[in-house]
Amino acid sequence: MRDARAALMSGLSSDGKPVDRPLSPHLQVYRPQITTVLSIMHRFSGIWLGVGTLFLTWWLVALASGPAPFATAQAFFASIFGKILLFLWTAALMFHFCNGIRHLVWDSGLGFEKPTYHASGWTVLAAATALTVLIFIVGLTAG
Amino acid sequence: MANMTAVTMRSTLGRVRGLGAARSGLLEWWGQRITAAALVPLAIWFVVSLLVHLNEGASSVAHWVARPWNGVLLLALLIALFRHLGLGLKVVIEDYIHAEATKLATLLVMKAVLTLFWIAATVSVLKLAFAG
Repeated sequence: MRDARAALMSGLSSDGKPVDRPLSPHLQVYRPQITTVLSIMHRFSGIWLGVGTLFLTWWLVALASGPAPFATAQAFFASIFGKILLFLWTAALMFHFCNGIRHLVWDSGLGFEKPTYHASGWTVLAAATALTVLIFIVGLTAG
Repeated sequence: MANMTAVTMRSTLGRVRGLGAARSGLLEWWGQRITAAALVPLAIWFVVSLLVHLNEGASSVAHWVARPWNGVLLLALLIALFRHLGLGLKVVIEDYIHAEATKLATLLVMKAVLTLFWIAATVSVLKLAFAG
């Protein structure tokens, strides 16, 4: 046995012979469902928000460095490229926020019935979309 | 497979013992969820604050950060955010990188980058807070 992973994949067949346990089929043979798609989106949005956290740090450091560096940072976020990034971070944050609350509810042991987690999944998508649009309208009209 | 014969004197428990982590996993699981819960109100406060102060100049935004409660909430946000991010990225790295050396190196680089950025953000907020 090489490691814990290999050990967990080894078993005994019903007639006592050692066998390798079968692996689950690869991801691409499954039809996408709201549960799996949102799960993958939660991971991707989290990673993307990690990139956003680095930019947030840059913004705070620029603010503490003085008016000129801060003006550079503000100009970057006000540019078309900056606005696209801000939109994608807003969308990612709203989704991760709403779906994160869904995860916290699951952690308390609730919402595991099939109709419930389907409904909560679509609710998360609708809420995240509405919040993203709302925030961007407020943000753009304020500017 | 070599040492796994049909007849063994070892118990099932004995065979699995020592094969998996049973150390700080629960604390990290809790940490992910506690920071998530903390980030719910903090994220709402931060997004609303950003929208309100969106187009202000450096002195006005710096003045906003310098108000004590704003500084406190920003520091709380940074602690929860970087902890949550570090735990999340750790899970992602551990899920997809199986070679021990590459996994360890990636985890250390990730941790180093996050720690440096966290300190930089914290120092910036403290500098603005103490500058008044």
